[in-house]
Amino acid sequence: MSAPFSKRFDTKLRLAAAAAVAVLGAAGAVAAYVFHPRQLDTGYTPVQPVAYSHKLHAGNLGMDCLYCHTTVTQASYAAVPMTEICMNCHVRVKEKSPKLQAIRDSYATGKPVAWVKVHRLPDYVYFNHRAHVTAGVSCVSCHGRVDQMTEVRQVQPLSMAWCLDCHRNPAPHIRPPELVTKLDWQPEGDPAVLGARLIREKGIHPPDNCSACHR
Amino acid sequence: MADLAIDPRMELNPPLVQGGMTYSDVTDKISSIVEGKAPKRWYIGMAVAVPLALLLFACLGYLVATGIGVWGNNSPVGWGWDITNFVWWIGIGHAGTLISAILFLFRQKWRTSINRAAEAMTLFAVACAAIYPLFHTGRPWRAAYWLFPLPNEYLHMWQNFRSPLMWDVFAVSTYGTVSALFWFVGLIPDLATLRDRATTPLRKKIYGLLSLGWRGSATQWRHYELAYLLLAGLSTPLVLSVHSIVSFDFATSLLPGWHTTIFPPYFVAGAVFSGFAMVVTLMTLARWIYGLENLITMKHLENMCKVMLATGMIVGFAYGTEFFIAWYSANQYERFIFLNRAFGPYWWAYWSMIACNVVAPQFFWFQRFRTSIPAMFILSIFINIGMWFERFVIIATSLHRDFLPSSWGYFRPTWVDIGTYVGTIGLFLTLFLLFLRFLPAIAISEVKGVLHQQVSAGQAAPVHGGSH
Amino acid sequence: MNELIQLNLSNLTGRKYWRSLNQLADTPEFRQWVEREFPEGASELLDSGSRRTLLKLMAAGFGLAGLTACRRPVEKILPLSKGVEGYVHGRPLHYATAVQACGAATGLIVECNDGRPTKVEGNPRHPFSLGATNAFQQAMILDLYDPDRARQVQKQGVKSGWAQFESWWLEAASKLGDGAGLRILSPRTASPSLDALKAEIAKKYPNSVWVEYDAVNFDRVVEGARLAFGQPLMPQYRFDQADVVVALDCDFLGLDTMTAQPVKQFAARRRPEEGRELNRLYAVEPNFTVTGAMADHRLRARASDIAAVALALARELNVSGAELKVLDGAGGRQKKFLAAVAKDLLAHKGRSLVLAGPRQPAEVHALVALINQALGNLGQTVSYTRPPFAPADSLAAVRQLAGDLAAGRVTVLFALGGNPVYSLPADHNWAELFRKTAAVALAFDENETWKAALWQLPEAHPFEAWGDVRALDGTASIQQPQIQPLFGGRSALEIAALIAGRPQRRGYDIVRSYWTSQWGADAEKKWQQALYEGVIEGTRFPAVEVKADAARVLAAIQPALKAAPAGIETVFYPSWHTFDGRFANNAWMQETPDPMTKLVWDNAALLSPATARRLGVQDGDVLELSAGGRQIHCPAMVLPGHADDSISLQLGFGRAACGRVGRGVGHRVEGLRAEANFWFGPAEVRRTGAKYKLVTTQEHHTLIEPITGLKRNNIVEEFTVEEYRRRAEHGKHEPHPPTDLFPEFDYSKGYQWGMAIDLNACIGCNACMVACTAENNIPVVGKEQVGKGREMHWIRLDRYFSGEEDDPQAVMQPMACVQCEKAPCESVCPVAATAHSPEGINEMAYNRCVGTRYCLNNCPYKVRRFNFLNWNKDVPEIRKMVFNPDVTVRMRGVMEKCNYCVQRIEEKRSQAKAEGRRPIRDGEVLTACQQVCPADAIVFGNINDPESRVAKLKRQARDYAVLEELNTKPRTTYLARLRNPNPELV
Repeated sequence: MSAPFSKRFDTKLRLAAAAAVAVLGAAGAVAAYVFHPRQLDTGYTPVQPVAYSHKLHAGNLGMDCLYCHTTVTQASYAAVPMTEICMNCHVRVKEKSPKLQAIRDSYATGKPVAWVKVHRLPDYVYFNHRAHVTAGVSCVSCHGRVDQMTEVRQVQPLSMAWCLDCHRNPAPHIRPPELVTKLDWQPEGDPAVLGARLIREKGIHPPDNCSACHR
Repeated sequence: MADLAIDPRMELNPPLVQGGMTYSDVTDKISSIVEGKAPKRWYIGMAVAVPLALLLFACLGYLVATGIGVWGNNSPVGWGWDITNFVWWIGIGHAGTLISAILFLFRQKWRTSINRAAEAMTLFAVACAAIYPLFHTGRPWRAAYWLFPLPNEYLHMWQNFRSPLMWDVFAVSTYGTVSALFWFVGLIPDLATLRDRATTPLRKKIYGLLSLGWRGSATQWRHYELAYLLLAGLSTPLVLSVHSIVSFDFATSLLPGWHTTIFPPYFVAGAVFSGFAMVVTLMTLARWIYGLENLITMKHLENMCKVMLATGMIVGFAYGTEFFIAWYSANQYERFIFLNRAFGPYWWAYWSMIACNVVAPQFFWFQRFRTSIPAMFILSIFINIGMWFERFVIIATSLHRDFLPSSWGYFRPTWVDIGTYVGTIGLFLTLFLLFLRFLPAIAISEVKGVLHQQVSAGQAAPVHGGSH
Repeated sequence: MNELIQLNLSNLTGRKYWRSLNQLADTPEFRQWVEREFPEGASELLDSGSRRTLLKLMAAGFGLAGLTACRRPVEKILPLSKGVEGYVHGRPLHYATAVQACGAATGLIVECNDGRPTKVEGNPRHPFSLGATNAFQQAMILDLYDPDRARQVQKQGVKSGWAQFESWWLEAASKLGDGAGLRILSPRTASPSLDALKAEIAKKYPNSVWVEYDAVNFDRVVEGARLAFGQPLMPQYRFDQADVVVALDCDFLGLDTMTAQPVKQFAARRRPEEGRELNRLYAVEPNFTVTGAMADHRLRARASDIAAVALALARELNVSGAELKVLDGAGGRQKKFLAAVAKDLLAHKGRSLVLAGPRQPAEVHALVALINQALGNLGQTVSYTRPPFAPADSLAAVRQLAGDLAAGRVTVLFALGGNPVYSLPADHNWAELFRKTAAVALAFDENETWKAALWQLPEAHPFEAWGDVRALDGTASIQQPQIQPLFGGRSALEIAALIAGRPQRRGYDIVRSYWTSQWGADAEKKWQQALYEGVIEGTRFPAVEVKADAARVLAAIQPALKAAPAGIETVFYPSWHTFDGRFANNAWMQETPDPMTKLVWDNAALLSPATARRLGVQDGDVLELSAGGRQIHCPAMVLPGHADDSISLQLGFGRAACGRVGRGVGHRVEGLRAEANFWFGPAEVRRTGAKYKLVTTQEHHTLIEPITGLKRNNIVEEFTVEEYRRRAEHGKHEPHPPTDLFPEFDYSKGYQWGMAIDLNACIGCNACMVACTAENNIPVVGKEQVGKGREMHWIRLDRYFSGEEDDPQAVMQPMACVQCEKAPCESVCPVAATAHSPEGINEMAYNRCVGTRYCLNNCPYKVRRFNFLNWNKDVPEIRKMVFNPDVTVRMRGVMEKCNYCVQRIEEKRSQAKAEGRRPIRDGEVLTACQQVCPADAIVFGNINDPESRVAKLKRQARDYAVLEELNTKPRTTYLARLRNPNPELV
């Protein structure tokens, strides 16, 4: 009776099997990389209703972050400024600029400007700006060099692992609280050394238990 | 296996194959099941099994879409029929590997004509069991991957390896894998036989592919025997470990009625008990459907009845021990939970368990029952029911009245509970009937192994074969 | 503005609701409105309502989150256009206000998140709150967002508007003349501004009549004082000064007070650690109330026998020289009891207190007043002030009103609030009578009264409207709105102003102008202070000097005290669920079990085991009760300790016209309640043979095991004062530490949170349950699911009876997660969704939980709650405004449980860090249950700080851990219940 398969068939079968394993493995690795928040979430740069440039305001004009984001030191939110705050200057500066029409409208009508949220955390995460800023974690640690961004871009994955990295080793990210908004500030020497000292002095111990962020 | 051929015990035992079957008879008989048309009885079986299997999928769909609330589970009874069925199915999944592996290592030749079907039964039972741990969770779509040890986001968050449920995942999946391997390795020579007998090119290709180029050469046989022996050795400890670990789900908790050190042996015995009961149920059926009286002889069935009698006694003894320890421990909660089992709101479950698991097997003391097909069929059904009640009693009665009387409750199943349970039985039967139809339900080569003692001496019949 | 929201709301539902609010921001009307309200951006103080409205819009903006369900939903941030003073997004604002029920006010502080009132707390400055509230006040916040509220001015069910109504009224008013045809019916209110308006109306329409009626009221208390002292007075008790308290059918710890004050004062005398000797409480009552459960001695007596008891007691005390004739009915056991009580009272002259419940006739109250006078308690433990509301016999007034309506003498009838058609005495068919005239119903929801009225006006919620209220002792508070009326409702005050023909009709102007006229010069300063503090200085009524000639009074009232007829009688009580029906559509209250019966979503005819046996009745048998030719049906429930031949009925159920929550829940007993048996009276009982499913949260009611008959120790510990004294000498017994499988965690550093619950103070009033529900976004599951054992309360009140079935004692045990240091739930969770924090809190990470329920099985306290179904699926969008933004709303399939209000801990922690990284002070973090507790039975804090209150309590000899032998090392421990029995009665 004739054999159903050719002599080479076994070899082919083995090769096929090996290939299948290799392909699956590779696919898994690729997926693991692509779907990691670092690839998935960073770089998000939505178009804002008003072409506001942090580069201009915070960078060139050197305005302090706290001038607009007034609540970071008092509340968990770093509130996007009220139209009022824009108008503090723009009643005089560029008061005719068509780019600022939306702002002027909002000021006139009381209707909010619908900014698009860039740094988004899941609903079950309770991040607290006040706790971090007062501890001496700089804006730059999570938001990057916003003072160099024309359009705000997410530069960090904001994933749980990323949070934990810092919570388990905070030293490199701790600086004197008065310097948190100095995005370009660099300590002389190793930031970790300074951070370690501050941590000792102020008794900073970032929690890594669940309810620190999940409630 | 030639050495086994002159095993002196052989002569003492009555022949394992009757009706003076020759090698070719065996091959023809078994292969014909796969090659010929399916008998009407097979279609009747499928007509019952398939709708039930579909019911299972309907219920699971409804469950996932709506929530665990569609079952009767509540507080304090967090686990109801879900885990009851899980443990029950896992238990049934024991006989197969036990028969194949342990009886093989002990050279119990009578296993040959039942081990194949028993192994298949094991696989299908484990498949049914595996449904519950996944679907009893509130969010199966997450459990599906969180229960496997994938580090959450690159080594920042792991599972809790202290949890017996985590051990379950490993125990059951390992057992399933090894059993499947063991079963498939055993199938190879017979698949080759089917390949060689195949008349249509399609069958030839499929069975050819499955038989992995088996030619029956002496070298292949040597490797084959070795592999089979190793797998047997590998599965043997698993038979004991799986149900021991399943029993840890309960034994490691602090709940009265669960927190019990005798659970591992007690569960394993119970598992073998229920496993054999299910084998008898299915074998008597298969025998009836395909007329395999000569291959699945009364001796096989009688042996299994004896095993049931023995394990049934062990289980009964365990029940007694539990009560004794509860009294002896002088722990108020322990004492209450066991009295509550027998005389509380769930008395009916407890006494049905006793009747089915302790009383029913006693009939097997008498050969008349051990050798009567209807008797053993009915008794095996009773034992299956009894073992289900055992798990239900352990889970529900321990949970419904625990420490604080203020939070005592009662469990009532819903139609979804029932549908899911009956559904798994349907799935199980469907798979088993498909197996009967498309794979050699009896190990041709091994049966021949025990057959040749009857072939008159001098006739140089090849011990093994298929390919000619 | 209100009309705008109204229009949008009335025809938009679901998610659209938020969108509508934002679209609203586009409309020209909105622009104008903003112009009007915010010329400079700070003047919103003129109308603090508007401030909140804008915030509401902003909150609405954030509500938009996740509308588009893609991988990365685009979220909009809608900052305010112009700032609002004192508002920081993400920081809650707190405003003082006050609410009243049945003429009794309680001061509150309401928390608002982004303009949404989300949580109620008591106002520590208010004499009747002292920082606590009861369960009902906690639940008011849910009523505010009730989607079934009346939303639209209607005329006989046809859509109309305020303008149309006002023009109708002007026309009708022009025909009223001297107001002979004008009747106004309202609930009892103690409001200075409203009193002023009443006066104006009386002046404008001299022949008009203003009738005040409440289904539950203090009329007989005030009348009793009138009998005794010749003037209507309101007794003011000082339970904290009383060593011996005798309560005659008075549930002063439960529903016979609408305030937290009596509980606060009473509980202060149940803490031996504080040096003052334990007080002793005698309760004589028909129903088994929470007061009876706290009593050291309890005598079961029918309501109609209380008069006999009071007389017998009066004679024992020899209140008058004259010999008293005593009514029969005071049996042997009673005589012994009363003799002992009298002895005890005489031994504590001036430091004792006898009081009677509002159900008892005026004569009994007069008698009690004489007893207190004889015991020298007047001015010591009880003083009298003028009542904060107009004293009147409301039943007589109501009878008169019915006559006028029937005779067609009434042309216009205003029903300002409440639900009279449902709750008025059953002597008349009030719906019929209302239809005989032009009835104007101001109603909170589309209730029975609303349905019977010609004009149907939506009423503003107390959190939506300006007003002022007096507490029982006269202390006045400003009722400050927290939010603009969601559905454009108006307050009774505003309607009254309309009736009086005032030019200014806004509640704010009415209240402001009244108090300005009172204060004169520095009105502005005082106004701001009143708003800030929540109480107005110097408004408390002075005590009235009273003296009665006992003999004369007795001679006058004794004839009225009749011997009780034999046979079964029915007694009407307010309900723990709906009070008098006003909370019928409040799912939180419906699902909070009755403290004694543990019944949910129902009322029942409570009767004693003996009576039940005699009638052959079991739980759930539907009874037909008939009296005065009226029948009602109500399922029976056997309550151990209930008086024989007496049936207790709870008001406020079986609402025919009600929202989707309360419609048809329970059985309406008001149908049996006529003037004759308004509080209690004889009735016929018959079994109908029908069965009805009653659902309770607790199936087994004692600590005695069935089958074995053994008692379970180590769950509730209970001593007499004597036993405790002996125990205290030995000091607290420390269990020898067992060996542990896992290595010890070092809990000696940092904050270690712990809790102590005092079973001797807890009265089981449910306030903690509702507060927890509000704080932690706990869902409601409904009667059927509770019946399946799926209630979600994080803290529950276990109630255990002890002693013989007919006359047992009861103990309440609040039970929430006890935060085991060796938590059985943690080791079994396969995905580590529940883990231990370094500060000793057993945490739940909902987003990690897969719902195996293994933790629930392994929890010996059974305090874990599983979301068996998606309880939040059908929550209307407006109802979602009540959610606490600091707590995740859990999805289907995850486990949840108490976590010591970890969100409050984290808030205080971050605050402390922001304030120079100072440590968190003791008492700075209050859990929701602790903050609300009127008995201060729950104390939470850092057990590592030996000076903290909780650490001190845990050092007490009566501190114990439930199920200690399991070595779970719970962080919540309990202080044993103490009883202070009279030696002569043991």
